[in-house]
Amino acid sequence: MKHLLTIRNLEIEARADEQWKPIVRNITLTLDRGEVLGLIGESGAGKSTIGLAAMGYTRTGCRIAGGSVLFNGTELTTASKEERRKLRGAHIAYMAQSAAAAFNPAHRLIHQFAEAPVQHGLSDFPRARDKAVALYERLFLPEPGKIGYRYPHEVSGGQLQRAMVAMSMACDPDIIIFDEPTTALDVTTQIEVLTAIREVTRQGNAGAIYITHDLAVVAQLADRIMVLRYGELIEEGNARELLADPKQEYTRELLSSRIIGKPQTQSEDKCYTVLEAENISAGYTKDVTVLDNISFQIERGKTVAVVGESGSGKTTVARVLTGLLPPSDGKIIFNGKEISPALKHRDRESLRRLQMIYQMPDVALNPRHKVRKILGRPLSFYFGTDAKARERRILELLEMIELGPEYMGRYPSELSGGEKQRICIARALAARPDVIICDEVTSALDQLVARGILKLLRELQKELGVSYLFITHDLATVKAVADEIIVMLQGKIVERGPKEDILETPGHEYTELLLSSVPETDPDWLDRLLKGRGAKIHKMHEIS
Amino acid sequence: MTFLRLLKKSPFSARVGLGMILLNIFAAVFAPYIAPHAETEIVGDVWMTSGEDHVLGTDHLGRDMFTRLIYGARNTITIAMLITLISFTVGIILGFLAAVLGGWADQVFSRVVDIMMAFPTLIFALMVLSVLGTSVPVLIVVIALLDSTRVYRISRALAMDIEVMEFVEAARLRGEGIWWIITQEILPNAMPPLIAEFGLRFCFVFLFISALSFLGLGIQPPTADWGGMVRENSGAITFGILTPLWPAAAIAFLTIGVNLMADWFLQRSGRIRQEQE
Repeated sequence: MKHLLTIRNLEIEARADEQWKPIVRNITLTLDRGEVLGLIGESGAGKSTIGLAAMGYTRTGCRIAGGSVLFNGTELTTASKEERRKLRGAHIAYMAQSAAAAFNPAHRLIHQFAEAPVQHGLSDFPRARDKAVALYERLFLPEPGKIGYRYPHEVSGGQLQRAMVAMSMACDPDIIIFDEPTTALDVTTQIEVLTAIREVTRQGNAGAIYITHDLAVVAQLADRIMVLRYGELIEEGNARELLADPKQEYTRELLSSRIIGKPQTQSEDKCYTVLEAENISAGYTKDVTVLDNISFQIERGKTVAVVGESGSGKTTVARVLTGLLPPSDGKIIFNGKEISPALKHRDRESLRRLQMIYQMPDVALNPRHKVRKILGRPLSFYFGTDAKARERRILELLEMIELGPEYMGRYPSELSGGEKQRICIARALAARPDVIICDEVTSALDQLVARGILKLLRELQKELGVSYLFITHDLATVKAVADEIIVMLQGKIVERGPKEDILETPGHEYTELLLSSVPETDPDWLDRLLKGRGAKIHKMHEIS
Repeated sequence: MTFLRLLKKSPFSARVGLGMILLNIFAAVFAPYIAPHAETEIVGDVWMTSGEDHVLGTDHLGRDMFTRLIYGARNTITIAMLITLISFTVGIILGFLAAVLGGWADQVFSRVVDIMMAFPTLIFALMVLSVLGTSVPVLIVVIALLDSTRVYRISRALAMDIEVMEFVEAARLRGEGIWWIITQEILPNAMPPLIAEFGLRFCFVFLFISALSFLGLGIQPPTADWGGMVRENSGAITFGILTPLWPAAAIAFLTIGVNLMADWFLQRSGRIRQEQE
C-alpha cells in the first residue's frame, strides 16, 4: 500500500563551529491518512527537525544530508522551491508551539485564516470566512461568528491556540504537523486544545504528526509513537502497546519520570514558622488588585507549593515577598520580625535569608560572568569571605549540586539547561538562606532533568533544613515536592492545606478541576474525563 | 591570549581592517623616526609633484606632503581617540544611570540631551568654538560632550533592555548597589554593541574634526592634520594637481579600516544574541 508520507533514512546536519554535525540520524517513518503519529523525546532529540523535514524544510544552518521525503509521490528533498511552496500550507500544514508568537499581532484572526487558501488560489475570502466560522464552531470557540474579527491579543491563550488549529485546517491539508501545541499552556487550557486537535484529527482524512515531550499528552492522541533521543530512533510502536510495555530503558525512564512522590518528612520536631504573610493585598496600578487579602505561613524545613493558572497571581506573591512589589496592605513577618515591604529599605541580613530561583536559568545568570564569580559574589557580599575561603566554599557548593570543580571556570553558555539551574540553586544556597522562593524552576527543563533538579532540592532541604516556597502550575511537581499546598485563583487563596488532604479530597471546585486536568499516560484518560465532565468542559473558563 | 584566539577565527576583512589601523597607529607613534623631514620644514617649491625626495610631492607652502601625512596621523588620531573616549565615558555612565535609576534622573538627563540634540552638531560646535576660541583642549571637550549625547541614547536603550533581565533582578535582590549593577551586570553585556559603536563614532569624530579644520575652526596651522591639509591644498585641484587627495585618501583609509573592525564586532555581537535566544 502506498503511504501518504514516507521518510526514508533521513539524515539532517547542522552547522556548528565551522563544520557539519549530524542532528538526525537514519530516521525512517511512514504516515497514512487518518493516522496520528506521535514523536516524543526531550529537547535536542530532533523531533521538530524531523517535523519540519516532512515539509521539505530545514531551519537556517541545517541541511538534509541524505535520505528521502516522499509526499504523495513527490520527492520533497529534490523538489524545486516553487513546487515545495505550493505544497506547504495547502497540502501540508504546520502548527507551531506558541500561537502568540505565530500570529501576526497586527491582523485580525480571520484574515490570517483566509490568507493561505486565498494565496494558494483555493478559495476566495467569503468562502474562507464561512469555513473559518464553521471550524471555530467545531472547536468550541465562543461566538464563532464574531471571534474571527478580533486581534490575537484580544482572545485568551487557549482560544488563540485553538484558532491556530482552525487555521492549520484552512486548506484541508493532507498532513498537519503539530509541534508542541500545548506545551506553553496551563493544564486546564491544555484540555481545550487537546480536545480541539482530536476533533480535527478524528475527522479521518488527514494524517498528523504530533510532536511533544509529554508522554501523557501524546497518549491521548497518537495511534503510533516514535521515541527519539539525540536524533536517533529509540523505540517505535502502537501507542497502547508501547505505553503498556515499553521495551527500551529510556522509554521506561520517560514514563516513570512522572510518578515520584515526596518521602514523608520524618522528624516532626517543633513546628517553627519562618515566614509569615499577613493579609497581603497588592496590585501594579492603584485600581487593579492582583493579590487580594492573602495570608499564609511557611514552616522551617517545609515546602509550600503555590498552584494556579497563569494570571492567578502566584508570581506576584514572589514579587511581594522579595520586596520588588511593595504590597498595598498587609505585613510580611520573617523569623518573628516584621520586615520592610520595599526592597531598598531591607537590611542585608533579611535579604540574605530570602533567596530566589527563577524559571529561566538562561536569563537568571549573567552570561558574562564565570561560575566562580556567580557563586563567589554572594559569599563576599554577605559574609565578606576572602579569596581563599571563597574558593573552598565554591567547591563545597558545587559538590552540593553534584557538579565537579572544573565548572568553576565556565561561562553559563557552556552549561546545559539543567546545569545552569543547578548553578542558580547553588547561588541561592551560597547565601545560607532560610527560605528559597522557587518560581517555576522546572518548567523550562526536560522531564528527566527536571526530576533531577527536584530530587536535588529535596535532598538539600533534608540536609540544610531550608524552606521552599514553590510556585508552579505543574501538579506533578507539586506531588513530588510539597508538604502544603495553596491553591490560588484570581488573586485569592481558594484552598490551603496539607498536600494529602488537598490531593485526595479537594474542597473547592476549582482545585478539583485543576487536579483532574493533569494528563495521565492512560490513552483513555481524555475520553473518560470529557465524558465525566460532559458539557462542562467547554465552559471551563466560566468557572474561573 | 583570548584576543589572539579571536583573531585566528576572525574573517579576512577584519584582519585587513586591523592591519590598516595598526599601520596608522604605527605611523602616529613613530612619526619622528619614519618621516623624512620635520613637520613644518619647508623643503621645496609649492605643489611639486611626486619625485625622488618627495614621495607625495609638496604642499601649498612647499612642505613635504608625506611627512605632513605622518604627523597628521599623530595629531588627528590622538585627538579623535581622546574625544571618543571622553564621550563614551560620559555617555555610558549617564545613559546607564538613567536606565537603572529611572524616574527623575532619567527625565532630567534625557531632556537635556534632547535639547542638545535639537541643534545640528556642526552649528552648535561652530557657535561654542567661536565663543571659547579654538585651542585643542576646548576642541576636545566640546566635541566630546556633543558626541556623548548620541552615546547616551544608545547606552540608555541597551541598558534598559538588559536591566529587565532576571540576573539583574537577582543582583538587586541580593542588595547590590548601583555601581555594581552598572559595571558588573550591565556593562559586560552591553560591551559588543558599544565597541562597534565606538568604531563608528571614532570615524564620525574624525570626519567632524576634519570638517571643522576645513572650516578653519579645528586644529590650527602649522600643526598638521588631515582635514586641514585638504582645505589648505584644495586650490591645487584647479591646476590638476593631486596633492589634496592624499590626506583625503588617508582619512578614507583609516575610516574603512575602523569600519571593517566595527562590522566584525557587530557580527559577533549579533551571533551572541542569537545564541542566547
